[in-house]
Amino acid sequence: MKDQKKQAELIKEISGVNPLKCMKCGKCSATCPSYNEMDIKPHQFVSYVVNEDIESLVNSKSLWKCLSCFACVERCPRDVKPGKLIDAARQLVVRQKGQTYLSPDEIPELLDPELPQQLLVSAFRRYRR
Amino acid sequence: MKYSYYPGCTLRTKAKALDAYARVSAKALGFELEEIENWQCCGGVYPLGSDEIATKLSSVRALNEAREKGQDLVTLCSACHHVIKRVNDDMKNVEDIRTRANHYMQLEEPYAGETTVLHFLEVLRDRVGFEQLKEKVVHPLVGKKIGAYYGCLLLRPGKIMAFDNPENPSIIEDFIRAIGAEPVIYPYRNECCGGYISLKEKEMSSNMCQNIMESAKGFGAEMLITACPLCLYNLNKSTCDGLPVYYFTELLAEALGVKEEAEMEVAKL
Repeated sequence: MKDQKKQAELIKEISGVNPLKCMKCGKCSATCPSYNEMDIKPHQFVSYVVNEDIESLVNSKSLWKCLSCFACVERCPRDVKPGKLIDAARQLVVRQKGQTYLSPDEIPELLDPELPQQLLVSAFRRYRR
Repeated sequence: MKYSYYPGCTLRTKAKALDAYARVSAKALGFELEEIENWQCCGGVYPLGSDEIATKLSSVRALNEAREKGQDLVTLCSACHHVIKRVNDDMKNVEDIRTRANHYMQLEEPYAGETTVLHFLEVLRDRVGFEQLKEKVVHPLVGKKIGAYYGCLLLRPGKIMAFDNPENPSIIEDFIRAIGAEPVIYPYRNECCGGYISLKEKEMSSNMCQNIMESAKGFGAEMLITACPLCLYNLNKSTCDGLPVYYFTELLAEALGVKEEAEMEVAKL
């Protein structure tokens, strides 16, 4: 991905987040249920956008570990909404042709008799376009 | 009293019981859920991008249907409630989204967030009243120690969902008291079950659900109740010998003495 500055602006625009509001208290990472699984932690995510290192963000496995549980959004004392930044970076990836984290071909083997439809539609909406 | 009702995809498939218990209980409590015609799936998760419009239209259509009937819109599934409530907030307060969504809708009167969205639990608390509910209970669930599992979607973000205190909620505990049982308050009741992560990364969700189960067991709960089919699925799939998990509407129907009627409804569907 080229032109990191443009990409950083796009993330800010899609998310509606101003990352400069962050005071680096780390509360978002402290409260994140996926913290252990993330290579770039929620509070670091904010700094990466400020530093315009978008290449690292779009290749980060954190994009696929965020649960949209809004714990970081609720508990941020500065109303930065780190979860919206992560989703915007995810959108940069899945909005490109052929880029997806979930293919329909994978579905049959992921199903079981109790699996609710809600799980499939949610995953499709977060993981692909 | 009649409400517009949005059941959502899962309540017509894997979670028919959640829906049937609620409708039969509503009748016993003196209100009716009138299903919106031709409703479309809400998408399961709220589209977070501020430039997302098309993904919000199914919610706008449901909200507008309710407005045209002059009814409040009732939801039951936590995910549908989350999506529809947040889209309604966008339509009310975010001019850009309102304008662009209305370009698609082509309504005579543009939709601007006029509909009141209520979760079924809010109807019980704010319209029926837990005191009145208590009076209608014929089989109080005396002695049952029940943990409320809130999860994320009903509570957060607190300012938009405005459902209850997002860090220290009490609505489901008050519901448990109203049906004659004893609520068990435990720390993980508003922690995430993993949500959609359980499709591809079952272990992550399973670990999170084990924490929830152990927390609830440690504080003495004998069972958990939830409003969300995905929370119920994830909690049941956690590998430890967990507590039984029920939809809150099942216990409501039991307390109101209409459980069998609801089960006959499910068998018919």
